[in-house]
Amino acid sequence: MIALIIFAFSFPFIAQNDYYLHMLTLSFIWAIAVYGINLLSGYTGYLSLAHAGFFAIGAYSLGLLTVKAGMNFWLALVTACLITCAIGFLIGLIALRTKEHFFAIYTLCVGYIIYLVIDKWEGLTEGVRGLIGIPAPGNIGPIAFDTAASQYYLVLIFLLAVILIVYRIIRSLTGRTYMAIRNSEDLAQTIGISTMKNKLTAFVLSTFFAGLAGALYASFIRFIGPDIGSTAIMFDLLMYLLVGGIGTLSGPLVGTLLLVILSQNLQFLQEYRMLIFGPLLTIIIIFYPRGISGAIFDWQNKRKVNKRSKVRNEIHMKAEEG
Amino acid sequence: MDILIQQLFNGLTIGSVYSLVALGLTLVYGILHIPNFAHGALYMLGGYITLSMMTLYGVNYWIAMFVSVIVVGLLGVLLERFVFRLLREAPPLHDKIAAIGILLFLEAFAQFVWGADFHTMTSPYGQVVNFMGLTFTLQRLLIIVSAIAVMVLLYLFLKKTYTGSTIIAMSQSREGASLVGININKVAMLTFMISGGLAAIASSLASPINLVFPGMGHLVILKAFVIIILGGMGSIPGAIVGGYILGFSESLGATYISNDYKDIIAFILLVVILTVKPTGLFAKGER
Repeated sequence: MIALIIFAFSFPFIAQNDYYLHMLTLSFIWAIAVYGINLLSGYTGYLSLAHAGFFAIGAYSLGLLTVKAGMNFWLALVTACLITCAIGFLIGLIALRTKEHFFAIYTLCVGYIIYLVIDKWEGLTEGVRGLIGIPAPGNIGPIAFDTAASQYYLVLIFLLAVILIVYRIIRSLTGRTYMAIRNSEDLAQTIGISTMKNKLTAFVLSTFFAGLAGALYASFIRFIGPDIGSTAIMFDLLMYLLVGGIGTLSGPLVGTLLLVILSQNLQFLQEYRMLIFGPLLTIIIIFYPRGISGAIFDWQNKRKVNKRSKVRNEIHMKAEEG
Repeated sequence: MDILIQQLFNGLTIGSVYSLVALGLTLVYGILHIPNFAHGALYMLGGYITLSMMTLYGVNYWIAMFVSVIVVGLLGVLLERFVFRLLREAPPLHDKIAAIGILLFLEAFAQFVWGADFHTMTSPYGQVVNFMGLTFTLQRLLIIVSAIAVMVLLYLFLKKTYTGSTIIAMSQSREGASLVGININKVAMLTFMISGGLAAIASSLASPINLVFPGMGHLVILKAFVIIILGGMGSIPGAIVGGYILGFSESLGATYISNDYKDIIAFILLVVILTVKPTGLFAKGER
């Protein structure tokens, strides 16, 4: 774990060109959003298909606040996250009254409405032309974010913070509560858990991560169009989560890195990458429902159990001999 | 007044297409409890197959549609056999995700085979008919008549034939159906076949008045979900009525509210419905 973090921090010195750095920064940004979806879908059991919309809300809030309102970058970043949370709170309040399939369909439609509004509301969002000239992150005291490496570090720190927060949540009573809701909402309610309150905090937290990722994306790419809120992006995010492992801590990071790197190396496929990823997603969900991380986890557990039973057998044998 | 009647007629046309798509979706949901997100991709493939049969082999429109129904129906059977059957015991989350995987694959496949361009399908029924001061193309009339014919046939099949009653039995209780000796796997495959066939008919009928392109199923499937929530998940009459309600509200909304936002109407409708009643209109209690 520590070795991984050291490697991540030394990567800019190892990497030969900015392209790899750029790619990695981008996948870290996606990973932040995927952690958000994981908290809601993986731990609380509500499959949200609206998170590309919240990602877009975060990105557009930052873009509009800095470009059109001329706000300071860091203030805009915080405001963008707050705006996303506020909208997330309102939508969550209604969406979470629905369950299972209804929730998925409801959020799918909400995501589509967000996309359509961004696309059609030209007065505010510039419509299909998109928003250009979004500033890079502003300086913090003497630290400037004008090189690829410095932006990489910025995103990396945000990602580590997100992972830490998620880790703390799932290890706490709150996280256990989420899992209780996932496993059986009725039971959770019976033992006195306020399910609505918990579901809503999980939902708002997950939109917060999506909004943060969107805002970082906007300042990193410096250009945004309505496409970032499309269902295609939503399905991409979902795929990162599932291939990595839904409901696991390392899953979002593993899946995002793997698939982003893979699709970058399959450049020639580009439009057709879904020919491979689509069936991959289906196969993984049938045979490895907990993704790569989950499969490795199960395999390690099995080995431990086997080892233990082996030792036990030996002890028995010796006892019988003696 | 003329505009109103014209728009009502258009609503009837769009509504017929929506009803057919929603019927297939609701059958699969009502009987197998799978919200098949890949249904839109089946719709899209149906359009492409009919188009290719007509342009490449110069086949008659109706024969092309027949081939398309068979091919997409068989594809539905394959999906049931090799994907959804394996997930029957899995948590409900997994069906949805597997369906999304299939959707992504089929769309990339269509783009790979036919390219990303928009195609137009020519229909042998392009004539314009004048009737009491109203003008409409024969194709639109054909959509309405064929859709209603298909619905009647489906109804007769479900109510009057033995195979049809096994499907109804399974929608009422899977365990019960299997206890009286109904082969559940066969019924599940048959359901998927009918569902795929309905999607193919709908897209073959609608393509001459719309366009054929890889993303053509997106909006249609989203609206079909709205319809089946409107009409009660799994309810067949609900899907038909819901389809027409949405068709009318869209064509009237496009004229009297705003053409730009006509696609949003369906989703606003859904958001309002689920806000007021989280289990959908006309829900038959717990699934």
